Amino acid sequence: MSLTDLTIVRARDGLRAKEFSAVDLTMAHLHAIEALNPRLNAFITVSHARAVDRARVADAALAAGEQRALTGIPLAIKDLFCTEGVRTTAGSKILGPFVPPYESTVTANLLRDGAVFLGKANLDEFAMGSSNMTSAYGPVENPWKRKQDETAVLVPGGSSGGSAAAVAARLAMGATGTDTGGSIRQPASFCGLVGVKPTYGRCSRWGVVAFASSLDHPGPFARTVRDSAILLGSMAGHDPRDSTSANVAVPDFEAACARGVKGLRIGVPKEYRSDGMPAEIEALWQQGLDWLRQAGAEVVDVSLPHTKHGLATYYIVAPAEASSNLARYDGVRFGARDGGEDLRDLYERTRAEGFGPEVRRRILIGTYVLSAGYYDAYYLKAQKIRALILKDFTDAFAGVDALLTPTTPSAAFARGENMDDPIKMYLNDLFTVPANLAGVPAASVPVGLDANGLPLGLQVIGKPFDEETVFAVSAALEQAAGFSALPTIRAGG
Amino acid sequence: MSLDHATIRRIASLARIRVEEHEVENLCQELNGILGWIEQLNDVDVTGVEPLTGAANMAMAMREDIVTDGGYPEKILTNAPERIGDFFAVPKVVE
Repeated sequence: MSLTDLTIVRARDGLRAKEFSAVDLTMAHLHAIEALNPRLNAFITVSHARAVDRARVADAALAAGEQRALTGIPLAIKDLFCTEGVRTTAGSKILGPFVPPYESTVTANLLRDGAVFLGKANLDEFAMGSSNMTSAYGPVENPWKRKQDETAVLVPGGSSGGSAAAVAARLAMGATGTDTGGSIRQPASFCGLVGVKPTYGRCSRWGVVAFASSLDHPGPFARTVRDSAILLGSMAGHDPRDSTSANVAVPDFEAACARGVKGLRIGVPKEYRSDGMPAEIEALWQQGLDWLRQAGAEVVDVSLPHTKHGLATYYIVAPAEASSNLARYDGVRFGARDGGEDLRDLYERTRAEGFGPEVRRRILIGTYVLSAGYYDAYYLKAQKIRALILKDFTDAFAGVDALLTPTTPSAAFARGENMDDPIKMYLNDLFTVPANLAGVPAASVPVGLDANGLPLGLQVIGKPFDEETVFAVSAALEQAAGFSALPTIRAGG
Repeated sequence: MSLDHATIRRIASLARIRVEEHEVENLCQELNGILGWIEQLNDVDVTGVEPLTGAANMAMAMREDIVTDGGYPEKILTNAPERIGDFFAVPKVVE
C-alpha cells in the first residue's frame, strides 16, 4: 500500500512505530501533487519548502517521543484561511497579491497539533459557488469519472472543490473547508468523502476570509469518519478573537465514533422527499435508514415544514452579509488596485476588475435587499423565516437525536451543466442550506455509487453542539456501507 | 418588484462596482430572475415572528475596553498597493 493511501489514523500509528518518517509521508504527497495537480488544479499554491521543513520538525518531535494529534500529517488548506507568509487568494483576482501577515485560528490550531500544510486549495471565488467554476484560478477537475463516459470532466462541487479533489485523489490526507450553504458537504458527497460542518461557533472564523458571517462554518474533509473527527478535534475550540466563537469544551470526537447508534432515535424529514429526486438517491436514503435500524436505532418521521423556503431565505441573507463583508476590498489597504482618476474611480474600477460575475451578482443582490425601502421586504422578512427554520429543527430535535437526509439532489455533474441559469446552480444546496441557517452540525458520509459509478452521500444532522452523535451515526453508516470505491484519477492509481 | 436599468445603475453605484452600459441589460435580467424566484417567500406568514440575526444562540461576551494589539505599521502596510511612509496612499481626495 502506498503512503498516499493511508488514513490519518493509520499514518499516525505508522509514524509512531517508525515504519516511515514524516518527511517520507510529506514527500509522497508532494510527488502526487506534482504528478496530478497540473490536471486536477486542486491547489492554487503548493508550499513545497515549508511542507518539508514542517515534516522535519515533526520527525524531530517524533524522535523525542512527542506525538500530538496530527504530528507529521500532510493536509490541504482551503485558500480562504489566512496563512502567515503564504499567499491567500480566496479564489479571487482581487486578493491575488495578498500575503497575510497572520495565521487564522483554525490553521494555527492545526499547526499547534503538528500538521504539515502542503498548500492552498482551490475554491469558488470567495466561496460563492457549487462547482468550483467561479475560481479566478481555473476550475478543478473531479477525480471521479462516469463509467459510461470517461471523457466527461465532472465538477468536484463547491465551494471547497480543491480541498475535496485533493483528498479524494490522495494528494492530501485531509483538508480544511468552509461551509456557508453546503460548501463542505456537497463537494464531500460529489467526491466520495466525509465532510463535516460543525455547530456554528465550534470553529473560530478569525482569519477566515468572510463570505456571510452568520452562516460561515470552518470544518474538515477526510476519507473516513474517524479521520474527520481527529481533524475537527484539532480545529475546534473557543477563540476570544471571534465574538461568535462558543466557549464550550471540545469533546473527544474520535471516541464518539465508536459509540454506536443503539437506542438512538433518527428522524426522517418528509419535506426532503422532493419531487424529481432520482430514484437511486431515494433508494440509498432508505438503505441508510435500514442500516441504522439494523444497528439498533429507531427511525421516526419528522416534519421540518419550512424546508422549501430555506434556499430563497439563504439567497437574501448570504448576499446581504457578503455585500457588507466584501466592502473592504477597495484597492486601498491590500489586494489588487485598478484605476485611480479619483478615489471613487479607484474603488469602482478595482472592484469591477477584481470580482468575477458570480461575486458581482451577489454583491448587487445584497446591496439591493439592504437598500433603503427594501430592507423590511427582503432582509427582515428573511431573518424572520430563518427564525422559523431554526424552530423547525428545535421542534424536531425534541423527539429525535439526529436526522438523516440525502446530501445533494444529484451526483457530480459535468462542466457546463447547470451553468445557464444561476438558480439551477443554487438548487444544489437545497438539502444543505437549512443546517447553515439553523447553525446545527451536519456531516456528509459516502455510502454508495449511482448508476454512473459516481459517489453519493447521506447527510446526518445533529443538535447544536452534539457533533458526537453526528459522528456516532456517521460511523455506523460508514461501517454498514463499507464504501471502498476509488476515484479514477488518484495517486498510485 | 422588478428592477429597471436605473435601479441597476443605482445599486452598482452604491456597491462601488463600475458597470459598463452594455452590461446593464444582462445584469437586469439575471437579478430579476433571482428576485423573482425569491418572491416565493411572500407565501410565508411571519406575523409575530422575531427576526433571527445569527445562528449563535448565545449572549455576546463583554471584554475590557483596552488596547491589546498594534504597534507594527510595517506588518500592516506589507500588502498596501501603494504607500507613502507609514501611510496608505490614495488618489488626491481634497483639491
